[in-house]
Amino acid sequence: MLLLALDTATPAVTVALHDGSSVVAASSQVDARRHGELLLPAVDRVLAEAGLRLDAVTGVVVGVGPGPYTGLRVGLMTADTFGLALGVPVHGVCTLDGLAYESGIETGPFVVATDARRKEVYWARYADPRTRLTDAAVDRPADIAAEVAGFPAVGAGAVLYPDTFPDARAPEHVSAASLASLAAEKLAAGEELLAPRPLYLRRPDAQVPKNYKVVTPK
Amino acid sequence: MADEPLVLGIETSCDETGVGIVRGTTLLADAVASSVDEHARFGGVVPEVASRAHLEAMVPTIDRALKEAGVSAKDLDGIAVTAGPGLAGALLVGVSAAKAYAYALGKPLYGVNHLASHICVDQLEHGTLPEPTMALLVSGGHSSLLLSADITSDVRPLGATIDDAAGEAFDKIARVLNLGFPGGPVIDRYAKEGDPTAITFPRGLTGPRDAAYDFSFSGLKTSVARWIEAKRAAGEDVPVRDVAASFQEAVVDVLTRKAVRACKDEGVDHLMIGGGVAANTRLRALAQERCEAAGIRLRVPRPKLCTDNGAMVAALGAEMVARNRSASAWDLSADSSLPVTEPHVPGHSPAHDHDHVHEVSKENLYS
Ligand SMILES: [Zn+2]
Repeated sequence: MLLLALDTATPAVTVALHDGSSVVAASSQVDARRHGELLLPAVDRVLAEAGLRLDAVTGVVVGVGPGPYTGLRVGLMTADTFGLALGVPVHGVCTLDGLAYESGIETGPFVVATDARRKEVYWARYADPRTRLTDAAVDRPADIAAEVAGFPAVGAGAVLYPDTFPDARAPEHVSAASLASLAAEKLAAGEELLAPRPLYLRRPDAQVPKNYKVVTPK
Repeated sequence: MADEPLVLGIETSCDETGVGIVRGTTLLADAVASSVDEHARFGGVVPEVASRAHLEAMVPTIDRALKEAGVSAKDLDGIAVTAGPGLAGALLVGVSAAKAYAYALGKPLYGVNHLASHICVDQLEHGTLPEPTMALLVSGGHSSLLLSADITSDVRPLGATIDDAAGEAFDKIARVLNLGFPGGPVIDRYAKEGDPTAITFPRGLTGPRDAAYDFSFSGLKTSVARWIEAKRAAGEDVPVRDVAASFQEAVVDVLTRKAVRACKDEGVDHLMIGGGVAANTRLRALAQERCEAAGIRLRVPRPKLCTDNGAMVAALGAEMVARNRSASAWDLSADSSLPVTEPHVPGHSPAHDHDHVHEVSKENLYS
């Protein structure tokens, strides 16, 4: 088994290779505006580090978010296309689950919160690193204060809003290494992973830019 | 010929997810998935809606193109993709797919220019482009006059619209006349039964001191709308056919006059017309008439190749391969304002490698 895991749902562009028992190579770079440029070179670097070629991969694991859309799609489109070209399955994992797994907080409950921009966070509550208690959601921190009060919280969203998350902890961004380890564990246990489709959680902004193609109602 | 480059092209600059496959100058497949209906209620292309649709449509559209062409992905000689100009988020979906596909198949990647692709697509219809070629690109998104000396390396912008695109004017006038959407075909149809000389609408930017090759359709649009409103205000019937014919005549008169003048000024004896508005029958007829009178050969591809599609991207990609242009690097970015003077985005030259921290390993797949 050789899993290639990648995630672009947080400011990190992160890639890892997992052979079924451990992570064999990984790369993480934080640059929220260059997911598109950084991802493929990172895949190439991680493969080179492991001395492997992409055609050795038996499955692709991708973080499905939630996360800022433009970056999120880079990872999903890349994973989809690798799956097509290599003829291997593509597994989706909730990005927040990757962060929860990485947190190492064995005695829950705790909260994972990432930055959703527009003064909101993507978040979910966990019983332990492998057990999510709520669906991923997007909210203003002040609006969920009561639901998260008293729990430790991991992720950049927690760090950004100390009033709501006074006990904010590392890591800030997800790592593909955790995502891969979590996916490998679930696959070994015969668990179903998610479809590799994006968790947007918001409707698209219906704003038409000026001087762009005009489409009038039929 | 079997030794001509077999290239797959991906286009996502606006609302069409296009995947085309060509062998040299021969079209093998032209698969397009459009999200146009999802944008209609907003009155224009919503970038986020387009980007979401591209992500969902990409893999099925690649599959469809391969089936249509009857070729295997491993036989491709390269993957081409629109790197710009266009909607940033939409472009990024196509660029991400193209990179992953090229990398996984061990093929070179060519990030190419959308406007240059609109010109190059004519090779699939009429064979190799003459050099130089004058090109008039007219659609809902662009109106420009370009001189292509070498479609892979030397495309010069002579003029462009300073306000609305030509296709936009057709859509807006159709809306004022309550003719529905899209405006181009319906205006064309009504105009056939109307008198193009019935009403004299203004010809934008045709004064002696105006920019010779630039276009303006905003003043015309306003003038036509006012004329219609005045009729309605006076309680008179609007002669829809005559208005359509006279409006259309004003647009195509300026387009063809400026294009022919550019050919004469630059000593170019070929004119190609591309973009969605190239489907307009009056534009084609008047261009033909004026080109013949001026001794210019006119080339206009079939309508499906004039609108945005992946085949045009593949056509330019195949030309890049045929002319040994350097492939793009794996850190190719989507550039929403890629200038037309850059027909493709070559990888970094070795002399500049020190600038790039994210250089990829030389040891590529299947090497
Ligand atoms: Zn176009």
